[in-house]
Amino acid sequence: MATEHSKSSARLMIAPAVFVLLVWMLVPLCMTLYFSFADYRPMRGTFDAWIGFGNYASFLTSSSFLSSVMVTLQMVAGILLITIGGGVALALLLDQPMFGQGIVRILVIAPFFVMPTVSALVWKNMFFNVDNGLFSYLWKFFGAQPYDFLSQSPLLSIVVIVAWQWLPFATLILLTAVQSLSSEQLEAAEMDGAPGYSRFWYIILPHLSRAITVVILIQTIFLLSIFAEIFVTTNGAFGTRTLTYLVYQRVLESQNIGLGSAGGIVAVILANVVAIFLMRIVGKNLDT
Amino acid sequence: MTLKRNLMSTAVGFGLAAGLASAAMAEEITIATVNNGDMVRMQKLSPQWEEATGNTINWVVLEENVLRQNVTTDISTGGGQYDVMTIGTYEAPIWGNNDWLVSLNEGMAEDWNADDLLPAIRGGLTVDGTLYAAPFYGESSMVMYRTDLMEAAGLEMPDAPTWTQIREAAAAMTDRDADINGICARGKAGWGENMAFLTAMSNSFGARWFDMDWKAQFDSPEWKETIDFYLGMMNESGPAGAANNGFNENLTLFQQGKCGMWIDATVAASFVTGADSTVADKVGFALAPDNGLGKRGNWLWAWSLAIPASSEKQDIAKDFISWATGQSYTALVAGEEGWANVPPGTRTSLYENADYLAAAPFAQMTLDSINSADPSNPSVQEVPYTGVQFVAIPEFSGIATQTGQQFSDALAGNQTADEALANAQSIVTEEMEAAGY
Amino acid sequence: MARAISNRKKIMWTALSWGIGLLIFFPILWTFLTSFKSEATAISDPPVWFFFDWTTQNYSDVLERSNYPLALMNSIIIAVGSTLLGIIIAVPAAWAMAFVPGKKTKDVLLWMLSTKMLPAVGVLYPLVLIAKYFGVMDSRILLIVVLMLINLPIIVWMLYTYFREIPGEILEAARMDGAGLKNEIIYVLTPMAVPGIASTILLNIILAWNEAFWTIILTTVNAAPLTKFISSFSAPEGLFYAKLSAASIMAIAPILIMGWFSQKQLVRGLTFGAVK
Repeated sequence: MATEHSKSSARLMIAPAVFVLLVWMLVPLCMTLYFSFADYRPMRGTFDAWIGFGNYASFLTSSSFLSSVMVTLQMVAGILLITIGGGVALALLLDQPMFGQGIVRILVIAPFFVMPTVSALVWKNMFFNVDNGLFSYLWKFFGAQPYDFLSQSPLLSIVVIVAWQWLPFATLILLTAVQSLSSEQLEAAEMDGAPGYSRFWYIILPHLSRAITVVILIQTIFLLSIFAEIFVTTNGAFGTRTLTYLVYQRVLESQNIGLGSAGGIVAVILANVVAIFLMRIVGKNLDT
Repeated sequence: MTLKRNLMSTAVGFGLAAGLASAAMAEEITIATVNNGDMVRMQKLSPQWEEATGNTINWVVLEENVLRQNVTTDISTGGGQYDVMTIGTYEAPIWGNNDWLVSLNEGMAEDWNADDLLPAIRGGLTVDGTLYAAPFYGESSMVMYRTDLMEAAGLEMPDAPTWTQIREAAAAMTDRDADINGICARGKAGWGENMAFLTAMSNSFGARWFDMDWKAQFDSPEWKETIDFYLGMMNESGPAGAANNGFNENLTLFQQGKCGMWIDATVAASFVTGADSTVADKVGFALAPDNGLGKRGNWLWAWSLAIPASSEKQDIAKDFISWATGQSYTALVAGEEGWANVPPGTRTSLYENADYLAAAPFAQMTLDSINSADPSNPSVQEVPYTGVQFVAIPEFSGIATQTGQQFSDALAGNQTADEALANAQSIVTEEMEAAGY
Repeated sequence: MARAISNRKKIMWTALSWGIGLLIFFPILWTFLTSFKSEATAISDPPVWFFFDWTTQNYSDVLERSNYPLALMNSIIIAVGSTLLGIIIAVPAAWAMAFVPGKKTKDVLLWMLSTKMLPAVGVLYPLVLIAKYFGVMDSRILLIVVLMLINLPIIVWMLYTYFREIPGEILEAARMDGAGLKNEIIYVLTPMAVPGIASTILLNIILAWNEAFWTIILTTVNAAPLTKFISSFSAPEGLFYAKLSAASIMAIAPILIMGWFSQKQLVRGLTFGAVK
């Protein structure tokens, strides 16, 4: 169908995007790769261009590496769970007949517009703070001891903050999918006497599966690099150090650029493993 | 190297002459600083300098962690974005050693009297006789306590308490139903947060970071005693969210009347006795505690202004620093905001000023605390490093933040003191080996 | 739905949705309320809701201490600039991928997405050194380019999925009429593509506006956007909740208002191919 002419012009059209991304990939990445084999510690004035795989060895064998990978996975999984569960529920809810639907939708999507630093600061100080946070007043109101979220449930606290920001995104995409579900299908099921949950399970959920995979894919890409929320709330303490944050500590706090670069390369490789894994699922879902 | 230094200083000399010649030309300088009260005040008063010199200032006022992130990246890549940076006693000698900072030995304004600086503070900013940063305000740490609560508990605070006395007083003052915690201290993880407090405290318990062979010492009985004491005291009498409390969180607690005692920076004195404080007239001061071993658990720090070598406007930067850290600035603040609000802890003359001593009940205690800190002999035992609440090596900020997270986790009850110490020991050993010690 | 719905049911759904909506919105509302309190009221125990001495003092303090107009201007220029630049590069690419798919199209697309996973801090030093080499530190153009590169994969992906839903028959019909590629794009496809492009633009403005790593590290004064402005007001000495709230509201209000006004356009194209 496509002629030779249109094929070559298509290539021409893709070229700029591929080119800039290649440059973006290659130049900083190659420099990072170069540094990752070097002993580069500016604070000491050390620059030794080739020390072999030393940085990789010490990054991968350090006790913090494995735990940071686990933390990253737990955090991403927790956020995905909340945003998708909540997103499906909200999407179904917003699809119901109600007064002031527009306004409710505005309220629900609002967190998506809040910058991560602001939301982390607001949650940390005005909600989670054990002395002056709103949750403490709420706890005290019900006669309970104030609970120190950030040190007792640090991972959950950060998951809550980030999930709050991403819930609107999931809801919007899922809502579009819910609305595309034909009402005839549902009504037919209702006439057959299918109870509510089986309607959800056999008709609604399969219909949403494609949207859910898309949400997982897009969010994972963003969630793997969460930084501001951790930086503002716990600074990586209490077992909230993700792989990204570990690399940050190596590069900026320890000022060991070589080691941090090795960590960066490791993170890129792991992220791509996750990506390929995700793409497989999504690719299958999107091909049709 | 010496030749280069000489050439450099000659160049600076010429530069200065040129700078004087072109003083009429209006220039823009960029200053990075922390969003602490004293610096915000400096920013507010700076138009006076701008008017006097015709230059303008671009202010970059940032929260401490973000500031560090920015200036460290800039200085280690030679970025040249800033003409004046606000740095501390930890950074100044390390950066100075790397020739990243401009010497302030020459080129400062004539009435900027370097000899007036407190010797302990000046010493911390000097490497081999070269002053690399001008102290804006200096601090040690001390005990701030509620006189009314002490009285109600039937206790009296000595001027130089021991840790045991502090712990007992804390327990006696604690009344959790009334939301009063006997002791507030730093628990938030970070080399400049809980580790500043704990390192200074450990000095008075006879502990040290490294032995003379640079071997980590967290497996020593002294550190165990320090951490056990700290956790025990904080669990008995500390506030609920102690593991998240840094300077500012504790300040708020104290101002709200929720702390019986607070051991922290001496600069806090003007805040707890200031307008925002609900307990302003009930605050007493004492030296940081000791443990009968001859060392007190107080630190030494100075927020200071320095000029990166990459700055292209070093003469104007020096002129600004002379203004902001000079005696006339002190007088200016006193005139505008009262004596209690002048930046403390940098100059001998301030502590001889009768007006200041009258307005600041904490002045003498601050001076005594600063004078009693000894960066070259911080601990009871011999150490290979300098620095009271830090170790002046580039690796310290990284390893101390990680060890701080271990102790913060222990304070939150997520692990035991022994686990925290064992983890700290292995983190420090690992990193020091990697750093080639 | 076609059938009649009982009013009672509708009221029930309304109450439930409003309750949940307000709960989700609450942190923003609370920040807004706090921004009008005095510092002491902001931490009063128990918390006060609406009945306090409303003051705009925090806003004037924040305005006095920082250059808000410049930060706002920078945020707008950087967010809009990087998005438009990204669109210019992405539209042809997504177009070609959607309508003239080759064997490698899918691979190229997936590869583009994977560049998005580059952890920012890993390339911090290289990027700062490159920026310094070209003398573009603290310039808007640097941030426009960097944020464009970060978001380009998302832009391409979003446009691609949208374009793919445009029925191919229309193209065929246009070709039969002898329209060239140029005319095909201008007269046939562009009108159909506008909603998708609009929604892509909106989403990416939001993403660029909220980016808080590079915008803080790569700027000092001249190009510093609102993300950096916020850093001046977090955790200073003394009470700060009210001032932090005021600064927060000032930083998020423009994008929030834009989002609310354009939510229909935003939602219309925000499917990422999720709906067949």
